[in-house]
Amino acid sequence: MDAKKTPLYDEHVKLGGDVVDYAGWFLPVQYEGLVPEHEAVRNAVGLFDVSHMGEITVKGKDALAYVNSLMTNDIASIVDNQIIYTFMCNESGGAVDDLLVYRYAQDFFYLVVNAGNIDKDWKWIQDHKKDFEVELENISDEVGEVAIQGPLAEKTLQKLTDFDLSSIKFFHLNRNVDIAGVNCMVSRTGYTGEDGFEVYSDNEGIVKVWNAILEAGKEEGIKPTGLGCRDTLRFEASLPLYGHEMDYVITPLEAGFKYFVKLDKESDFIGKEALNKQWNEGLKRKLAGIELIDRGIAREGYEVYKDGEKIGHITTGYKSPTLGKVIGNALIKIEFTELGTEVDVKIRNKFAKAKVISKKFLKK
Amino acid sequence: MKVAKGLHYTKEHEWVKVDGDTVFVGISDFAQHHLGDIVYVELPEVGDEFEKEEAFAAVESVKAASDIYLPVGGKIVEINEELMDDPALLNIDAFENWLVKIEMADKAELEELMTSEDYEKFLAEEE
Repeated sequence: MDAKKTPLYDEHVKLGGDVVDYAGWFLPVQYEGLVPEHEAVRNAVGLFDVSHMGEITVKGKDALAYVNSLMTNDIASIVDNQIIYTFMCNESGGAVDDLLVYRYAQDFFYLVVNAGNIDKDWKWIQDHKKDFEVELENISDEVGEVAIQGPLAEKTLQKLTDFDLSSIKFFHLNRNVDIAGVNCMVSRTGYTGEDGFEVYSDNEGIVKVWNAILEAGKEEGIKPTGLGCRDTLRFEASLPLYGHEMDYVITPLEAGFKYFVKLDKESDFIGKEALNKQWNEGLKRKLAGIELIDRGIAREGYEVYKDGEKIGHITTGYKSPTLGKVIGNALIKIEFTELGTEVDVKIRNKFAKAKVISKKFLKK
Repeated sequence: MKVAKGLHYTKEHEWVKVDGDTVFVGISDFAQHHLGDIVYVELPEVGDEFEKEEAFAAVESVKAASDIYLPVGGKIVEINEELMDDPALLNIDAFENWLVKIEMADKAELEELMTSEDYEKFLAEEE
């Protein structure tokens, strides 16, 4: 099957982006280069096409109870126009996906899911509808989305609207913001560890929004930014990527995200029993941060050893553009996750010494 | 994209420069450009022997690790240690900054490589 084009495909080509097939979508890995784009987001402002993300709406009398029955976080804890990060787990506690739940109203939720998981999630939530009175709609193909990220994101986006963007607080949203003449939903969210917004509109409008933002941000030194730096930015900020830090088998508890798994929430949720059991019996493996002591770069999939015994693998690893150090996330046996523990990473056919460090790599 | 004259090239964008009885091996300007900011270079040890087209080194950008294949078989007689401390030299000048110097096992293997002119044509078709 051919990869799909986002509404911004032509813009990526015009801007000279290195377009690849990512999770079934033609998207740019980089335009000018990963490192300058990474730095633009950390120090100024960058603009990502995230139209590949999936959007599913849940409407109806039982919307809150239904969404809460699927999610590990407590969806009842947020108010209208607020957003919550959560996992959606299977019965074994593995993650079906990690997502953002936008609450428009008690009877209207908007789920933003990973592009590669849209079909799986859509089937999953339909299969678990039970007797809840809700109406579900997968509107992924009708929604375009861009993420404007970086310390100068607000200043840049504010030029395109009379709406006071400072009134949208972190993890909150407004459904009716006029951006460059396009009616948008704007949330103060992102995947970079920087301040910024995610802007949603219809497919036609998003092209206008994209070009208007790039034009408005010239003074701020805005750059269009690709998937390459999206991954290094989220990794430095300790944000997990589905299929890497957690997946259908690796549970959110093993990935170190217990904060988003409310084992004590009143309502039942899929996976609660298994996750409770895993937590009470004690984790056998856990995600740890590592820093390489020897030369080399620990990359995703590389095996991790201790005294010749395999103890796990690297889930993401880079020479961090911001920190200049070689760091990684390693899913390893729990007894080796204490800070300072020395482990060996198998890089090609050699072992490189590394030590366990806090996985909050970026101290802000 | 720069193509240095008088060298031998592979389709994988490595180059070979003959220097008396030994040859220098490196990656082309096209290769460094497509890799992006190079942050790590792993080189073999002096004395290691490799067959033609065997992976002998790795060049890594922030994005990914790429194996580098030896265009001609032989024994490593010198490695460019400067690259281990300053991998970005490859981005500055990929032809000046060779990876290894080798003693070829079979000089006839050079004839199987592309000339600078052939490589230029090959790049034009790739683009």
